[in-house]
Amino acid sequence: MPKDHGIGASPKRREDVRFLTGNGNYTDDINKHGQAYVHFLRSDIAHGTIKGIDTAAAAAMPGVVKIFTAADFEGVGGVPCGWQVTDRFGEVMQEPKHPILAEGKVRYVGEMVAAVVAESAAQARDAAEAIELDIDDLPAVVNMKAALADGSPKVHDDLTSNLCYDWGFVEENRDAVDAAIKDAAHVTTLELVNNRLIANPMEPRVAIGDYDRPSGDSTLYTTSQNPHVIRLLMGAFVLGIPEHKLRVVAPDVGGGFGTKIFHYAEEAFCTFAAKACNRPVKWTSSRSEAFMSDAHGRDHVTKIELALDADNNFTAVRTDTHANMGAYLSTFAPSVPTWLHGTLMAGNYKTPLIYVNVKAVFTNTVPVDAYRGAGRPEATFQLERVIDKAAHELGVDPVALRRQNFITEFPYETPVAVAYDTGDYNATMDKLEEMADFAGFKARRATSEKNGKLRGLGINCYIEACGIAPSNLVGQLGARAGLYESATVRVNATGGLVVMTGSHSHGQGHETAFPQVIAEMIGIDESMIEIVHGDTANTPMGMGTYGSRSLAVGGSAMVRATEKIINKAKKIAAHLMEASDADIELKDGNFSVAGTDKSVAWGDVTLAAYVPHNYPLEDIEPGLEETAFYDPANFTYPSGAYACEVEVDPETGKVSIERMLAADDFGNIVNPMIVDGQVHGGLAQGIGQALLEGCVYDDDGQLLSASFMDYAMPRADDLPFYEVDHSCQTPCTHNPLGVKGCGEAGAIGSPPSVVNAVVDALRSAGKDVTHVDMPLSPSRVWEALNG
Amino acid sequence: MTKVSMTVNGKAANGDVEGRTLLSSFLRDQLGLTGTHVGCDTSQCGACVVHVNGEAVKSCSILALEADGAEVATIEGQAAEDGTLNTIQQAFQDHHGLQCGYCTPGMVMSATALLKDNPKPSEAEIRAYLSGNICRCTGYHNIVKAIMAASGQDVAIAAE
Repeated sequence: MPKDHGIGASPKRREDVRFLTGNGNYTDDINKHGQAYVHFLRSDIAHGTIKGIDTAAAAAMPGVVKIFTAADFEGVGGVPCGWQVTDRFGEVMQEPKHPILAEGKVRYVGEMVAAVVAESAAQARDAAEAIELDIDDLPAVVNMKAALADGSPKVHDDLTSNLCYDWGFVEENRDAVDAAIKDAAHVTTLELVNNRLIANPMEPRVAIGDYDRPSGDSTLYTTSQNPHVIRLLMGAFVLGIPEHKLRVVAPDVGGGFGTKIFHYAEEAFCTFAAKACNRPVKWTSSRSEAFMSDAHGRDHVTKIELALDADNNFTAVRTDTHANMGAYLSTFAPSVPTWLHGTLMAGNYKTPLIYVNVKAVFTNTVPVDAYRGAGRPEATFQLERVIDKAAHELGVDPVALRRQNFITEFPYETPVAVAYDTGDYNATMDKLEEMADFAGFKARRATSEKNGKLRGLGINCYIEACGIAPSNLVGQLGARAGLYESATVRVNATGGLVVMTGSHSHGQGHETAFPQVIAEMIGIDESMIEIVHGDTANTPMGMGTYGSRSLAVGGSAMVRATEKIINKAKKIAAHLMEASDADIELKDGNFSVAGTDKSVAWGDVTLAAYVPHNYPLEDIEPGLEETAFYDPANFTYPSGAYACEVEVDPETGKVSIERMLAADDFGNIVNPMIVDGQVHGGLAQGIGQALLEGCVYDDDGQLLSASFMDYAMPRADDLPFYEVDHSCQTPCTHNPLGVKGCGEAGAIGSPPSVVNAVVDALRSAGKDVTHVDMPLSPSRVWEALNG
Repeated sequence: MTKVSMTVNGKAANGDVEGRTLLSSFLRDQLGLTGTHVGCDTSQCGACVVHVNGEAVKSCSILALEADGAEVATIEGQAAEDGTLNTIQQAFQDHHGLQCGYCTPGMVMSATALLKDNPKPSEAEIRAYLSGNICRCTGYHNIVKAIMAASGQDVAIAAE
């Protein structure tokens, strides 16, 4: 019997009512009295020298308030990067200045050159068209390998080359890995591309700057996954505003997927311009702007080698990756191909020796940063593809080869510096086999073939690392921030609770799931608990939501704060019942004295805390409000086994997903309905990457996939019903909820099985296909079949 | 500026608009009906779907002046006066057919139009009809389920 409340139940989401009735409060729905509107003039040239910006005609256009260029930002800091990587030679990465508006040169199509603030958005746009830009074209650098060649044009003239860093991990293993590959009984090599993607949350970015002259306080309303991080980065590094004079609000946010983590120049601009113009300044991104200004994702080119001994045991993995940074370093860009990718290269397997080399490269393209999974999909894709290729070369079953090499004892120290606390990879594979009916595949293939289609089955495993932590470790790795989370739990006199969390919900359902945890702890109804997030004025400090960290880190902070509340409430209850603290038990919202029939209700205790007439004032303060900061001891490690069955039309090369199955281990589950939904969405994005989505630049740095007409977003008729299961649960050992995180799993786990399935289908036609690069468009698949 | 008047969710609505003002802008900026969302500028995403004279229309792709004199229905007019969700809205909540909520108003308005024309659509018909509404969160699974449920159909799916 499923639970109807508390941990493990699936109550309907309370946030849905406002979204379903048009009463959401997204940033673009906010309008401030007297606001002006900004339109950014963006470069349509990928690389060039700015010779002149003539704003005279534009300034005379109707409604224009003020026009800004780089000259207005002298003395203002650049957009900071939040992670400094040290290369394999011990040198820190090359880090170019990232100006608010382009200085001297333009470096990608979409870079902001000037900004027009006007009375209306249309007037701002009209006036921007009247600005005369004089830019001398320079050769654009688009291809990563060409960018590193001698004599390549440089994206940044003040850097020594286009190489941001050359990272080796674990550098001490380099020679041993080389030797193991040289001595191996078998080596499988695969070269592949992890295609560049555009996150495209359905809500485009919006920023509203507001300045209150009497108090000198600035407020920024923005579409962010982490308003406190924006306050810190923009306040401390760009505009020089201390936290107590700067409030950042991220209200309802329409999806993030990583691309709303980062601090963007538009946010700093609106905050700056509101003060300069002495009125609120609003920017609403068009989708066309989003394509060329939201940070892109992925874009790795990799060679991976897997060494096996004569018994098919994995003995070593060596990878060589080029990772595109784009023209500037976005907030967390340097960490993605390094610490979020290299540390995952053990996957689910006990490979003893691993070496990962990553060259991060500047190009004349939009900055690239974290997108759902961030580094972990790239690690999983190459590893699970090369294992499939090895199984084919060796003539062994791909499931058996994986099982043979699974890590089976926990905790497990990988050779890439992480320690998995728990997992059971055979259990998720068993569950997958049960769900997928591998035995029946032959018959399903025969049916497809009768209908003139090729059918393929692909499987893969994945391991994820969520809730990146602890702060003292990530500090050593180059993070310029802590990675804890905070929560303040405020109990009101009549017993209701408000939780101020630093986590941020932009679709994940915190307002519903977080109260389930507290309801379970205290034994009260979820309707008595309200979740407040997204405003730096309410929550003491927060690191936000990304990397599947909300429940594992933010939820744990909430648990710690609630434990403090319960401890204090027990003291009050003990006083009310004239008993000892140690004898007080809390169950179903009642405090009782063990072994007696004495009890007081939750509400009696909370009332006493605020009306302390009968209260131990000499021992404890009145009131009932507690804050906790939670800094995890380790990552969490969700894992799973996925399968995909495809049909390929040999006439057209079109791939259709017939079945997509996911057996995940997320540890304990608070709300199964929400977890299912997270997996579904991840699967759709993973299938999108595998079959449909690809961000394409031409050789001149022009973005060819710059609208929903050119960039293939997955639509309802591209996708099947998914079959998902999370009954395999090995709880996390180091957080109080035993939870692991589920937000990115689907996007990490699905691309390899889709590609493995298509390759399997093509082989069934007698083609010795070893790989097809994503997206597996009809033309690429047809080419693989007929080429 | 030109005067425009229409009926929106059963109430008279008037305003002065430029010739280039889109219906989506008129609804959002002049009437304050911000439930209609704008998610693209190429008429692809469907977040702005409303009904004009009973037909589903992407409100970013018609001018406010084209809707002069029309009956317009938006997401704000779908629930009962007392806030009770209608059948389709309720099915979206029951089946977790929304996450961030941004595409949701357009999804609900499209689903409403679909069920008006086709009260018992098949899964394939629902998916084909929704190809003009992009959702980035749900992978469509629970949206399709919700629409099947709202049309009184069995939503039993393997592994659930």
